[in-house]
Amino acid sequence: MNSVDIDDVQKKIQVEKINLFYGQNQALYDIDLQVKPNTVAALIGPSGCGKSTFLRTLNRMNDLIEGVTITGNVYVDGENIYEPNTDIVFLRKRVGMVFQRPNPFPMSVYDNIAYGPRIHGIKKKAVLDEIVEKSLIQAVLWDEVKDRLHKSAMSLSGGQQQRLCIGRLLAVEPDVVLMDEPTSALDPISTLKIEELTQSLKERYTIIIVTHNMQQAARISDETFFFLNGYLIESGDTDRIFTAPKDPRTEDYITGRFG
Amino acid sequence: MRLQQAAGSGSIERRQMGRLVDRSLKWLLFASGITLVVLFILFIIILFSEAGESIREFGWKFIFGSDWNPVTHQYGALPFIYGTIVSSIIAIFIASIVGVAAAVFLTQLAPNWLAGPVLFLIELLAAIPSVVFGLWGIFELAPFLRTDVQPFLQKYLGFLPLFQGPMYGVGMLTAGLILAMMILPTITSIARDVILTVPSEQKEAAFALGATKWEMIRLAILPYSWSGILGGMMLGLGRALGETMAVTMVIGNRPEIAASLFAPSYSMASVIANEFTEATASIHLSALTEIGLLLFAVTFVLYMFARLLIRRVVRVQGGRA
Repeated sequence: MNSVDIDDVQKKIQVEKINLFYGQNQALYDIDLQVKPNTVAALIGPSGCGKSTFLRTLNRMNDLIEGVTITGNVYVDGENIYEPNTDIVFLRKRVGMVFQRPNPFPMSVYDNIAYGPRIHGIKKKAVLDEIVEKSLIQAVLWDEVKDRLHKSAMSLSGGQQQRLCIGRLLAVEPDVVLMDEPTSALDPISTLKIEELTQSLKERYTIIIVTHNMQQAARISDETFFFLNGYLIESGDTDRIFTAPKDPRTEDYITGRFG
Repeated sequence: MRLQQAAGSGSIERRQMGRLVDRSLKWLLFASGITLVVLFILFIIILFSEAGESIREFGWKFIFGSDWNPVTHQYGALPFIYGTIVSSIIAIFIASIVGVAAAVFLTQLAPNWLAGPVLFLIELLAAIPSVVFGLWGIFELAPFLRTDVQPFLQKYLGFLPLFQGPMYGVGMLTAGLILAMMILPTITSIARDVILTVPSEQKEAAFALGATKWEMIRLAILPYSWSGILGGMMLGLGRALGETMAVTMVIGNRPEIAASLFAPSYSMASVIANEFTEATASIHLSALTEIGLLLFAVTFVLYMFARLLIRRVVRVQGGRA
């Protein structure tokens, strides 16, 4: 820790002038923002505003889509992830992602959690057992599945599957957890559980969550970033954004005038 | 008022007409469905009745006997059964590995400008007539195997009985290879279609955990598409079992069971094709028909076995997937 600049510790993620194009169409314009460690940052905005696209620039998931070009820099712990020699596999291990729809692998609950540790070289069963239990406890799923670890993950309910996906991610011990509308396909009770989960997770992780649901952003995030048509319009303390937005467009959105 | 009436009567007419079409369509579809069943049953009955003489004469000896001599009227079909099954297994083994690998390449690694033409070429393979494969097998593949591949195999793997003995070129290995090429397009294009149905969320989930491309393929794509790929292999196997022309041209046509893959062999379809025109004795004809019946049975058994295998795989994956 000694050699690390205090400034960098205050910025888990720093984004500088990110522009993103799908072919000829520009989807993000000069995005600049910072996220502090151990906080929950919410990205809000109407459909198609670029918030999900932006989220995917943080672990270079957009690399998988053909025809995407990105300019600008993203620093994670002070390290530019768009340097040509970046180890993308290692980056994605550090910056994990939870998706809109639960996407467990068609294998057992246990194997889903053990997947990440296994590909990163952990073979011993005792160690894996421990990781599986720890990750499921962190994901608040252990009590529900401890008796059926070797049943197919596809037999779990949607909410359980999503917590399984979170547990699967935690098993590789990321620093940052990206969540792309993780509750949009879930019922209210499952949503509540995931929201509670984000609160307990921020003690150990930095969480960036894209959400359609403004109440959700208000409930769980420390900072809120409002996107519109590919621009970052306003950012700041969640309380401040929701009580005293500076930009009229932000106000229009959070009061439900559009979106 | 009158207008309404006219419209009303028109619609009644149309309704009656519609009902008639509906009913006749139903019968037509029913008849088409029944035709398949009737054809199947007729087929079995005719095979059995034609083969009756041979079945009565030889009984189980026909299946387990390995002596085939039309001159002395000795008919044992085991060498043909063996030839068909082994050549098909060689084919399915080679074609599955190459086909699935090619499908993974086409869907995951190849850039679009390359994937299109390569897929087109692979599918074009399916359009080459069997007899052309056979000619190519005789004039190119068999000599090449004899002078280059088989000595190499014998030198390094010669301790296995599979690669011992004299090298003729034509034989079991050549037949298996030709068959592999013929079923490759089927396996590749089915595996490709199945892999394309793997949801991108599965791939992204693997990448989001820090999987490399190979790990993603092995753990997200293959398990998800495994049952479909097996289905493609089965279609390929079906074709390999029944393939006649090309096999007849390169398998060597000697009804013997040899451990070596270099040795000539014979297949069920080949013996029927080769001997049918010359079979004058009714017992000979009957024996050939019984081979046809056996070919049908072997195909059926392997097919059922494959179905069970696929069901097992699907069950292991389990749940709602």
